[in-house]
Amino acid sequence: MALRTPLYDVHVRSGARIVEFAGWDMPVQYAGILDEHEAVRTRAGLFDVSHMGEVVFRGPRALESLQRLFTNDLSKCADGQAMYGCLCRDTGGIVDDVVVYRRGAADLLVCVNAANRAKDFEWLRDHAGGADVRNESDEWAQLALQGPAAPGVLQKLTSVRLSSVGTYRFTTGDVSGVPCLIARTGYTGEDGFELFCPPDRAAALWDALLEAGKAEGAAPAGLGARDSLRLEMAYRLYGSDMDDGTTPLEAGLGWVVKLDKGDFVGREALVRQKEAGLQRKLVGFTLTDPGIARHGYRALRDGQPVGTVTSGTKSPSLGIPIGLAYLPAALGAEGSTFAVEIRGRAAAARVVKTPFYSRKK
Amino acid sequence: MNFPEDLKYTREHEWCRVKGNRAIVGITDHAQDALGDIVYLELPEVGDTVKKGEAFGVVESTKAVSDLFAPLSGKVVEVNDPLADAPETINEDPYEEGWMIQVEFSDPSEVKDLLDPAAYRKFVEEEAE
Repeated sequence: MALRTPLYDVHVRSGARIVEFAGWDMPVQYAGILDEHEAVRTRAGLFDVSHMGEVVFRGPRALESLQRLFTNDLSKCADGQAMYGCLCRDTGGIVDDVVVYRRGAADLLVCVNAANRAKDFEWLRDHAGGADVRNESDEWAQLALQGPAAPGVLQKLTSVRLSSVGTYRFTTGDVSGVPCLIARTGYTGEDGFELFCPPDRAAALWDALLEAGKAEGAAPAGLGARDSLRLEMAYRLYGSDMDDGTTPLEAGLGWVVKLDKGDFVGREALVRQKEAGLQRKLVGFTLTDPGIARHGYRALRDGQPVGTVTSGTKSPSLGIPIGLAYLPAALGAEGSTFAVEIRGRAAAARVVKTPFYSRKK
Repeated sequence: MNFPEDLKYTREHEWCRVKGNRAIVGITDHAQDALGDIVYLELPEVGDTVKKGEAFGVVESTKAVSDLFAPLSGKVVEVNDPLADAPETINEDPYEEGWMIQVEFSDPSEVKDLLDPAAYRKFVEEEAE
C-alpha cells in the first residue's frame, strides 16, 4: 500500500484526484492541471510536498562531511542560505539532486526526492565518515506556496519580514501559529516559499494558507501542475531526466558541479568526463510538427535512433510542445534539428534555449 | 456524470449517435473527466475505414496518451476538423461540439453490441469500485 502524507484526508475532501507517485498516494490535480498551472503563474498555488525527504547532518563534522558528498560548494553557502546540487557515486552517476539548507556549519538539512528517501539516507550515512546523519523524513511535512501572490498571502500569516528573506534564503518563524522553516525556494520558476513544519500541524497550515489567499485567488495545486511548471523551467526531474546512470555534466547540471572546490565523491570521474568531452547531453527542444513528445520516445536523426526523450508536454503557458532529451553532444547545439518518433511517425524537433518560460517581471 | 438517453456506448468510453446507416462518434463525459485537460488530438481523414474495436485515433491530456476505439466498422464520412485546434472542446462539451467523426457503418448488426445508457452507467460505476 502506498504511503500517505499528513494532508491525504484534506486532499480527498477537496476533491483531488489521487495517483501513486514514488510510492506515495498524491494529489495529481484538484480543479484541473491547466487551471492550477495558471494559478501558479498568475496568482498562487499551494502544493503538498510532504513526500519529499529530509536528511539532517549535525555536529562538528557535519559541514566537512556533507561537502565531500555534494557537488556544489557549501563553503560558499552562508548560514540561512539554501544551495542546489547533486550527490554522486564514484562513477559520477547521480544518486539524487537535492537542496541543502545550511542552518549552521553543524546543522545542515538535505531535502531529497521522495523516491530516494531510503537510498539517499543510506548513501549519506554510509559515506559520512562518522558524522551524525539522521533521516528526519517522517518528522517534517512540507507545503509549497508558489506564484506572484505568494509573498503577500504568506505575509498575512507571519510576523517574519518576508522581504528580508531573499531567493534561496530561509529563516524560521511561526506561520499562523505553526512553527516553520520558511524558505524562499521552489520548483515552479515563480516567486514563492516552501514551508517545513511538524506533520501534525500541516492540515491547519494548509487551511490557513488557502483562507489567507482567497482574495488573491490562491488554489491548491497537484503533481500534474508541478510537473508542467518545472518542465517549462527545464528543471530536471530525478528518475525521468536523470538517474544513477547519468552524470550531472550530461544532465546539464555542470553549474552545480564545482570541480575546484576540493575532493568530493564522484569528482575524479567527472573531471575525466569533462576532459574527454561529453558523449551525450540533455537538451531542451520544441516540436515543429504537431504532436506531444513523451518520456521514453526515441530521438531520430536521418531515421536512425540517436537519443531519448526524458520529459515532454504541451507547455500550458506557451501553447507549444516542449521537452528534454538526451542527444549526442554534436547534435545538441541550439538550433540543431532532429525528429521525435511519435507512434511510428517522425515529428520534426529543434533544440532550443532553456528555460522555455521566463517569469513575468 | 452525464449519460444522454439518446446515445449508445462502448466499454472503452466512446459514444455513438446512430441515425440510419450513420453514427456520430465521440468520447463520454466520464472519459473526458478521467483524462483531464485534453491538449492534443489525432483523428482519421474522410474516406478512411475504421474497424470496430480498433484504434481510429489518439487523444492526449496533459498527463496521458489514450487510443480512441471505433464503436462500429465502416467508412469515415465526416471529421470534426476544428477540434484539432481546440481539443479542450471535448472537455467542455463531449456530447455535442466535442464530437469526433461520423462513420457510415457497414454492418448494422454491430449496433446491437453497443451498450444502452443504463448498462454503460452501470459499467462505469462498477469500474470505479
